[in-house]
Amino acid sequence: MYIYDDHDHTILRQRVAQFRDQTRRYLAGDIPDEHFLPLRLQNGLYIQRLAPMLRINVPYGMLNSTQLRTLAHITRTYDKGYCHVSTRQNIQLNWPELEEVPDILAELAKVEMHCTQSSGNCIRNITSDQFAGIAEDEVIDPRPYCEILRQWSSFHPEFAFLPRKFKIAVSGSERDRAAIQVHDIGLQLVRDSEGKTAFNVYVGGGLGRTPVIGSLIREALPQEHILSYLEAILRIYNQFGRRDNKFKARIKILVKAMTPEVFAEKVNAEWAHLKDGYNTLIEDEIARAKSYFTEPAYEVLDDGEAQQALDAQAAESVAFGKWLQRNVRGHKQPGYAAVTLSLKPTGVAPGDVTDKQLEVIADLADAFSFGEVRTTHEQNIVMADVKKADLYALWQKAKVAGFATPNIGTLTDIIACPGGDFCSLANAKSIPIAEAIQRQFDDLDYVYDLGDIDLNISGCMNACGHHHVGHIGILGVDKKGEEFYQVQLGGNAANDASLGAVLGPAFKSEEMPQVVQKIIDVYVDNRNGDELFIDTFRRIGVAPFKERVYAKAS
Amino acid sequence: MPKLVKDGAVIDDTWTLLEKPEGEPAEAEVPTGAVIVPLSVWQAQKDTLAQRPDVGVWLDSDETADQLGEDAAHLPLVAVNFPVFADGRAFTTARVLRERYDFQGELRAVGHFIRDQLCYLRRCGVNAFAFADQSINLEEAAQSLHDFSEYYQASVDQPLPLFRRRAS
Repeated sequence: MYIYDDHDHTILRQRVAQFRDQTRRYLAGDIPDEHFLPLRLQNGLYIQRLAPMLRINVPYGMLNSTQLRTLAHITRTYDKGYCHVSTRQNIQLNWPELEEVPDILAELAKVEMHCTQSSGNCIRNITSDQFAGIAEDEVIDPRPYCEILRQWSSFHPEFAFLPRKFKIAVSGSERDRAAIQVHDIGLQLVRDSEGKTAFNVYVGGGLGRTPVIGSLIREALPQEHILSYLEAILRIYNQFGRRDNKFKARIKILVKAMTPEVFAEKVNAEWAHLKDGYNTLIEDEIARAKSYFTEPAYEVLDDGEAQQALDAQAAESVAFGKWLQRNVRGHKQPGYAAVTLSLKPTGVAPGDVTDKQLEVIADLADAFSFGEVRTTHEQNIVMADVKKADLYALWQKAKVAGFATPNIGTLTDIIACPGGDFCSLANAKSIPIAEAIQRQFDDLDYVYDLGDIDLNISGCMNACGHHHVGHIGILGVDKKGEEFYQVQLGGNAANDASLGAVLGPAFKSEEMPQVVQKIIDVYVDNRNGDELFIDTFRRIGVAPFKERVYAKAS
Repeated sequence: MPKLVKDGAVIDDTWTLLEKPEGEPAEAEVPTGAVIVPLSVWQAQKDTLAQRPDVGVWLDSDETADQLGEDAAHLPLVAVNFPVFADGRAFTTARVLRERYDFQGELRAVGHFIRDQLCYLRRCGVNAFAFADQSINLEEAAQSLHDFSEYYQASVDQPLPLFRRRAS
């Protein structure tokens, strides 16, 4: 994991001091609300429905046990003892006091964490693949590049007042687990024809009220040019993105209006001025960044032996076997596995975690996974480097702590935004809908048999719950003051990304569990063998689902 | 006389700013004395205005540095306007004037920018700050020029990004 040097510490300390002074001036009445707004947002602070919300960055999802313990301390001391893992891998506090935010930032800075640009019309936290560095299908580890981008984007003087927020995601594997095609910029690390590290650059993707799949505007950009090329993109956007209408201000609207081809030409013309300048990455920097993401001290293990022992344990315990199937995945290192701790037990808001649980995760990380974990955009926690021989012991501890629900990737591993219970933007609640659906599908064996299904819920069209790319997407809408839910089917966030199609008129909240049940029934009736939901949907189309869900009671 | 912050100090503002003309820019009357004219007036009357040593040009947020282009290098002053503080186009305009068009004169922010933008504006090459709001305490505001002393990025004030300085 990246370790701060004196420069990083100095910059972050100065940021905390800056915001402390800004908060002081705001509370003294010297800064009007309108001017304080972007200052607090760029330090992660929203004013929410019930209280402020503070979004803490988890750069590309990496956390160590010291940071987890600090987060536990912060949630206990400054909040109500729980926090929320967001769909952009960040941690959110729901009840901090504005006056105390500078102190929270100072506590975070001590453990090399921050809320810098976690909100506002600027470059946001860089997100990536939760299995970076360990995935069997990885081509290039994206984390050193994420860290280079984190530093480049943090306090960037030119791009702090963009037309709108700006999100960058990086993937370095064959299978895209970072949803890069629905980001303002998506970067795919590849090897070029000579085997050198390069980027495929997608631009103009995004969800929100106008969902768009990003356009590939540059193939195999040599790695040393990434910063100057990104500056060229940002500069075109900063100058020409719309500022007259916030709903048309994202870069996707500009790319669409110009066409991706013309946009790419403009970027290239700008880049011609910037290329080969001081922003060109040097070997030393790439090597320095990579030096923080070397392999941990893996033991040399016999994978066959470890697997045999596991199989025997799984044969003994069906529950353990199911957990292995759903919550444990392969690892490039023989004898090791990656474990996903589920933050989606029924009855808990998806992604919520308490201070005590954070400390348990820290202890588990120290005991089983070299003291590190990753947050995922599906709102779970990954322990990336667990010995297969330790899995049974870890499973037992995870069960006690409530993290062992064997539902990763299934229908009940629901992605949900905080929704109307917390968020002032929301049209409708998300959490009770998630819970009602989890209760409808409380038969674990049944859910398990259904296989991979992404069910995503957003409480409004800002789409924090990524409903457009859920196989089943649910969107909260407001109809004359009453909460309704629109259903979309067929979205997908992976390489063959697609946006869901609206099923039809929206439903009342109490209808939702039955609606989802009917959708699943149609799938089960039409499924060929072990066919996945998304594949069945793509084969049979939306019509049979529509027919069943909207059938008049006879 | 109105005041402004220039190179960190509070001084008298000796320039007047000519608003955009309602009629034809070619017919706009440009007063004598140090004056900052809109881009459209500069473009329409360049032949005469370029003879004067006391004419600067201001760019609105929807006008780019490229529209002034090579002319910038011969001007004593260029101003970038903030119609509202959240309109961040001036940051790019300023940087391009300095880095691409080698503008060496006074680069002035005018309009509705706020104190808390001063450090980033300075980094983008702006060295003078004329707030639209005359009630602002400029000595206090100038403290925000140096909110940071260390930076990751290359910019006008520090052309070497931190990674190049770390490596040396």
